Amino acid sequence: MKKTVFLGALTVAGLAAGASAAATLDDVKARGKLNCGVTTGLVGFAAPDANGVWEGFDVAVCRAVAAAVLSDANAVEFVPTTGKTRFTALASGEIDMLARNTTWTFSRDTDLKFDFVGVNYYDGQGFLVPKSLGVSSAKELDGATVCIQTGTTTELNLADFFRANNISYEPVPIETNAEGQQQYLAGACDTYTTDASGLASTRAAFESPTDHVILPEIISKEPLGPLVRHGDNDWADIVRWTFYALVAAEEMGITSANIGELSAAAGDNPEINRILGTEGDLGAMIGLDNEWAKRAIAASGNYGEIFEKNIGEKTPIGLARGLNAQWTQGGIMYAPPFR
Amino acid sequence: MTTMTDPPKASFQLSMLIYDTRYRSYTFQFIALMLLLLLLGYLGANLVSNLAAQGQNISFGFLSDPAGYDINQRPIEYDSQSSHMRASVVGVINTLIVAVLGCATATLFGVTAGILRLSPNWLVRKLMAVYVEAFRNVPVLIWILIIATIMTASMPSPNQFRGDNADASMLLDAFAFTNRGVYVPAPVWGAGSLVVVLTFLASIAGVFYYRRYATKLLYDTGRLLPMGWPSLVILFVPTILIFFVLGQPITLDYPALKGFNFDGGLHIRGSLIALWFALAIYTGAFIAENVRAGIQAVSKGQTEAAASLGLRPKRIMNLVILPQALRVIIPPLISQYLNLTKNSSLAIAVGYMDVTGTLGGITLNQTGRAIECVLMLMLFYLTISLAISAVMNVYNNTIKLKER
Amino acid sequence: MARDQLAFVRTHMLPEAPPPTAQTGAVKWLRENLFSSPGNALLTLVSAYVVFQIVISTAPWFINGVWESPSLTACREILDGKMGGCFAVLTERWNQLLFGFKYPSELYWRPGLAFVLLFIAAAPVLFGKIFPRKMLIFTGLYPFIAYWLIWGGSVLVPVFALLGVLVGAFTYSRVVTISAGVAVIAAFVAALIFWILSGYVTGPMENVMAIQAVASRDMGGFMINLMLGVVCVSLSLPLGILLALGRQSSMPIIKWICVVFIEFIRGVPLITLLFVANVVLAYFLPPGTNFDLILRVIIMITMFSSAYIAEVIRGGLAALPRGQYEAGDSLGLDYAQSMQLIILPQALKISIPGIVNVAVGLFKDTTLVSVISMFDIVGMIRGPILASSEWNGVYWELFGFACVLFFITCYGISQYSQWLERQLRTDHR
Repeated sequence: MKKTVFLGALTVAGLAAGASAAATLDDVKARGKLNCGVTTGLVGFAAPDANGVWEGFDVAVCRAVAAAVLSDANAVEFVPTTGKTRFTALASGEIDMLARNTTWTFSRDTDLKFDFVGVNYYDGQGFLVPKSLGVSSAKELDGATVCIQTGTTTELNLADFFRANNISYEPVPIETNAEGQQQYLAGACDTYTTDASGLASTRAAFESPTDHVILPEIISKEPLGPLVRHGDNDWADIVRWTFYALVAAEEMGITSANIGELSAAAGDNPEINRILGTEGDLGAMIGLDNEWAKRAIAASGNYGEIFEKNIGEKTPIGLARGLNAQWTQGGIMYAPPFR
Repeated sequence: MTTMTDPPKASFQLSMLIYDTRYRSYTFQFIALMLLLLLLGYLGANLVSNLAAQGQNISFGFLSDPAGYDINQRPIEYDSQSSHMRASVVGVINTLIVAVLGCATATLFGVTAGILRLSPNWLVRKLMAVYVEAFRNVPVLIWILIIATIMTASMPSPNQFRGDNADASMLLDAFAFTNRGVYVPAPVWGAGSLVVVLTFLASIAGVFYYRRYATKLLYDTGRLLPMGWPSLVILFVPTILIFFVLGQPITLDYPALKGFNFDGGLHIRGSLIALWFALAIYTGAFIAENVRAGIQAVSKGQTEAAASLGLRPKRIMNLVILPQALRVIIPPLISQYLNLTKNSSLAIAVGYMDVTGTLGGITLNQTGRAIECVLMLMLFYLTISLAISAVMNVYNNTIKLKER
Repeated sequence: MARDQLAFVRTHMLPEAPPPTAQTGAVKWLRENLFSSPGNALLTLVSAYVVFQIVISTAPWFINGVWESPSLTACREILDGKMGGCFAVLTERWNQLLFGFKYPSELYWRPGLAFVLLFIAAAPVLFGKIFPRKMLIFTGLYPFIAYWLIWGGSVLVPVFALLGVLVGAFTYSRVVTISAGVAVIAAFVAALIFWILSGYVTGPMENVMAIQAVASRDMGGFMINLMLGVVCVSLSLPLGILLALGRQSSMPIIKWICVVFIEFIRGVPLITLLFVANVVLAYFLPPGTNFDLILRVIIMITMFSSAYIAEVIRGGLAALPRGQYEAGDSLGLDYAQSMQLIILPQALKISIPGIVNVAVGLFKDTTLVSVISMFDIVGMIRGPILASSEWNGVYWELFGFACVLFFITCYGISQYSQWLERQLRTDHR
């Protein structure tokens, strides 16, 4: 009997298919919602709160894009993806963009046919150990049991690092961050390795975070950034420049507090004017209206604000800006000019 | 006088394809085949156009590339520079390890519980009923997770074995139960150990020979030789003698705390234990029901007939009940083994590196070759189950009641 | 005089004496059931000790259980070092465990109502003798009502889906006189065409009598397990029957299609099929199509269970005496008639216990979807709940709760099947 419901839904899906063969932008507009792939839950980056509302650093990028395209920061459908499902979800069109601390690598960009639009967090793989273990360097981890999330570049980095240093280890593969946390806290592994930001986020959720340290060795470069399907360059441009608008906003001093005032009328700084759409028409060039960047920034603030609110030093996660500071502040966050 | 008219020799008409029963089945099969081919063609065309749109192709070349990741349980030599193919083989062997261990243990649990469910003892009967119902009615995934959690959350970590006043200690100084798994002494095969092993194998053969000889003697002359203790003597005494004569060539390597972990001995990882026991207990509950049904299927008249021949209860069981019950028990038992093997793919939930974990897990993730990996994975399981079904069919044919 | 030679003759009946104490009541029961032999006595004592130990060690956990607390740390403070369960996680996350964390909370009544209606719809099927046959009409309508309640959206979608079924049924009844097999295919095609055409109507009119729509990916918790179980079993029954008939068919091509399908599906673990749903299926659909994960999973699980159900029904068909088939033929019934009127009713009756076993197994297997990052009850426990900083480390309460839910459901179903087996036993023993 129930086959009908399913077939009925299939028909509906088939009809939806007709519409989605068009460009991603039209597709998103027609749907009225942005489908954004995020992690299944990593506090600070993307995690549902007690009411099921998604929050975090990666989530803010999705919201900014939704605000720019759909004029509504809440018009986002968050699709939780695992290390295994994320790329298929993006390739198959189930999601429009992936903002799931995904490392930008050569093969992902080329062989897997995706476009990384930028780097929203410069990360590196580190090790978390309990202080009581008495280890001060990752090179002392000979023979240690290492908990590691499968399906990520961390796995390959780990193998490379231990091979390069000619020391042995015992990998304990785990599926989700929650499990890694459980195994690590129970002492089933001596150390937990993933991106340093993820470690900080995980440690923040511990009962006594101060009993654990992140070792100084960062064994890999992990530029994490949002990505889209290869081939739809218009859509890639929108996501890329929405992200850079957030970065540029911090550099220019546009904040969620003063954005109303700055965008009310054209000011002295022409670049601010161009970003906020009070001068020129950058919006039209990417197929949006002129206030797109204003809405994106207003959604959850500029890059710096998003950072401070979700993962900054005042949050339990407590990440320093480090590499992720603006280039003017000694970091490498650098938005190309809006011109 | 030909009242019977010949059937009209009507020439073949198109409508006969539908209305004539002789041709209808051909028409129908043709339609079905066309529809199937259409469907396959449609799916194939979609696949081709999707792959073309993403600039990908189907190729198994990645299997010879270095895998790049490490596997903790390596029954054969493997390191991160080995190929994806070798990683898959490691996974296959790990699957077979857990399947064989699981089947053996499940049989043990199942047969015990099945027989005890028929015990005259009320309490034991009820306890076994509780075991069977509790495990049959809860998903095996939950049992795997529960046992995995017991392993990680309730066992002491290796650190707790440290120091003079340790929280935990090793059993008999030989077995360490930690949340990373169980460490047991491992045999070290020294020079001459081959002789010991061969002696032992010869002893096993000797036991069989002795038993056959005793039976023959019984039938020929009616002399009853003792069976129990001579078998044990034949089994163990020569091996032990040789073992000591050769100066104890087989020694045990005891696990000891060293560095971060226990070192030496045999490390049975927590993930293997969780998977192995959860599968064994779960499947055991099903086997218990099969065993019970099998024994109950033998009619009471058989027992009474055997008893009236003057057989003792133990012999009634061995000579009359069990041979008949086995005929009923074994086919479902084998399909339970098959289920257990397929369920072992849940290893992925506890991070046991079976073939689903290597080929269907990490390799798939790292290479992004979803179609190829899933296809190979399915073919592997399909081969296993077809092989087991083939064995089952052969067995069914041999035990089929030969009615004359 | 003969009387004098006898020393004593009783002239009246003695009152019945009670049996010896060792042969009555509790003592007899104990002797027979617990202490019939030394070995048994030992077994009894050992088992009693084991039971006693289990009760003693877990009782405080239940008795001291904390039912109200916002987080694990708060709960541990309340317990103050005593042993006890933090059942507060169940009360705190009750809705999440049942509905997932994204289903709109003001709409919980909708799946709730669908769940209650499920019993009303199932009642006439399960207890045919007690409930009037007219209720079967509601059973037929139930899938559409439940779909509307759970997913929401325009009422037209389920209505047109229902009409599509009727169109299919009508086509079948017209074509079946020609050939049963062609009729099945024609019915499918007719329904499909109707649905595709109706899509043009429902598409623009999506707001007609619409209630708030809920996307499938917002669903989670035990609700998903129930939904997948109910939907896939009911979908796979008709498919399974078709496959079983196909496998028995005398037409070689049909037979081989069915054999290959059944053996392939039965030979691979469900999890590989879920991988297919998750990462491979998208490649085989027209470019740009995406229907959500839940639908893909329903397709794969339905295929999975229909293969198993087909084997069970095939067993039922094979168990029927040859004479039943011949009887049908000799009455001049055609294939469809003899199947409908003679063979299937009997074959299905014999297959019921097997079908129920498959259904229970399938329902348990729905937990596997947690492996492909769907938040069913196991996924909720392993994901959002255990990962949250409040409840990180509450394992036993959560897993215990999941066990209890599954046990109640599965044990209930299997008890029902045993009852039904006794009811349907028409042979005389």
